[in-house]
Amino acid sequence: MNSVLLAALSMGGIGLTFSILLTIANQKLKVEEDPKIAKVDEALPGANCGACGYPGCAACAEALVKGEVGIDACPVCDDQEREEIAEILGIELEEGKRKVAVLLCQGGVKNVNNKAEYQGISSCLAASFVNGGERACDYGCIGKGDCVEVCDFDAIHMGADGLPVIDREKCTGCARCVEACPRNIIELHPIDHHVFVLCKNQDKGASARKVCDRACIGCKICEKFDKSGGFTVDNFLASVDHDKYDKDFELPTDKCPTDAIQLVGEKDEE
Amino acid sequence: MELFVIFLSAVFVNNYVLSKFLGICPFVGVSKKLGPSLSMGMATTFVMTMAAAVSWLIYYNILLPNNLTFLKIVSFILVIASLVQFVEMFIKKISKPLYNALGIYLPLITTNCAIMGVALFLVDKQYNFVESIIFGFSAGVGFTLAIVIMAGIREKLELADVPEYFKGAPITMIVAGCLALAFMGFAGMI
Repeated sequence: MNSVLLAALSMGGIGLTFSILLTIANQKLKVEEDPKIAKVDEALPGANCGACGYPGCAACAEALVKGEVGIDACPVCDDQEREEIAEILGIELEEGKRKVAVLLCQGGVKNVNNKAEYQGISSCLAASFVNGGERACDYGCIGKGDCVEVCDFDAIHMGADGLPVIDREKCTGCARCVEACPRNIIELHPIDHHVFVLCKNQDKGASARKVCDRACIGCKICEKFDKSGGFTVDNFLASVDHDKYDKDFELPTDKCPTDAIQLVGEKDEE
Repeated sequence: MELFVIFLSAVFVNNYVLSKFLGICPFVGVSKKLGPSLSMGMATTFVMTMAAAVSWLIYYNILLPNNLTFLKIVSFILVIASLVQFVEMFIKKISKPLYNALGIYLPLITTNCAIMGVALFLVDKQYNFVESIIFGFSAGVGFTLAIVIMAGIREKLELADVPEYFKGAPITMIVAGCLALAFMGFAGMI
């Protein structure tokens, strides 16, 4: 009987000592976590895609609650989710148009000339390391589909003419394709921007024209057409002032000799 | 000198993971990346050292004088569980990402047989207090060494062209086997 009692007592004593120590440690080492963080984390998409620049949605939620980043930190969120987060954080949601990826190249199989046959690894990055793939343009799309590969949202597909086609509906603006493209011809633009110069070729007109039918040759016709500076040509490449043209869904000029200036998307997209 | 022999023996010759095959679960589970595996090794080393000290105190001051040695397993489990709980709180406090990286394997240190092994072996080998602490610490260092080597190899393995059927668990087991084979070379040194 005595040994049973002794066993019970000593075990109980050891257990009690440890539980007291643990209780004290728990008080001392308690992690104060803002309950908002968990709520914001729940409202975020939870894909942990890292597009916000944080290791995951939880880390982004923490930064949102602490106010280190704005409400548009997560490029994947849709408006409804943003509203939800704004509500949790108790701040007003600023109206911002969602951004989608735009491919600034028309160098598909039809338009661009080939300079060589490429038989290496089927990846734009690999091709760009060797000689830039088979297409002659040093600025345009290589067409091996690195952007298609990285898209987590099934929003990019390779089109029939060897150019990726971006589904503006599905695109979340996560910028994975922007990073993946070794030629930097995919850019994020607000969805209500429609007028684009779909070329990145900065060579002189003659050599640009030689490699691609749709290249911007820097002829400055667009610049002359709009004296107020809607288009500017720099380094033989035109660029658009989006504030000027995107009110209406129509081409400001049809004078572009190579049709490099194009409308992207559809009217009244949201 | 005696202490140094204990250290060498526990780290290399009788390495807990690669010679005695204790603590295989975190050895395979947390050895995917070098960073977390090193932290896991350090957490385990801490628990082992503390467990060795506290177990020794309990065994020689409470259990042995009262003829309660049959309680040693239960009380050692209690010691280890409490220490793990403490380490868990501590890691959660200082590094949330590390806490997330270790995941389920952190509470699993509780039932890590390597730690239980340390506590039982030190009673078995009748070490004194200082020897026990050195023994616990060096067993932890041995565990850390094993898991870090394993993580290093597995990081390299990510880039290797492993045959389809050997991907994942099989190649890990093969690597662990090769490592155990290598550590056999230390046998008989002491």
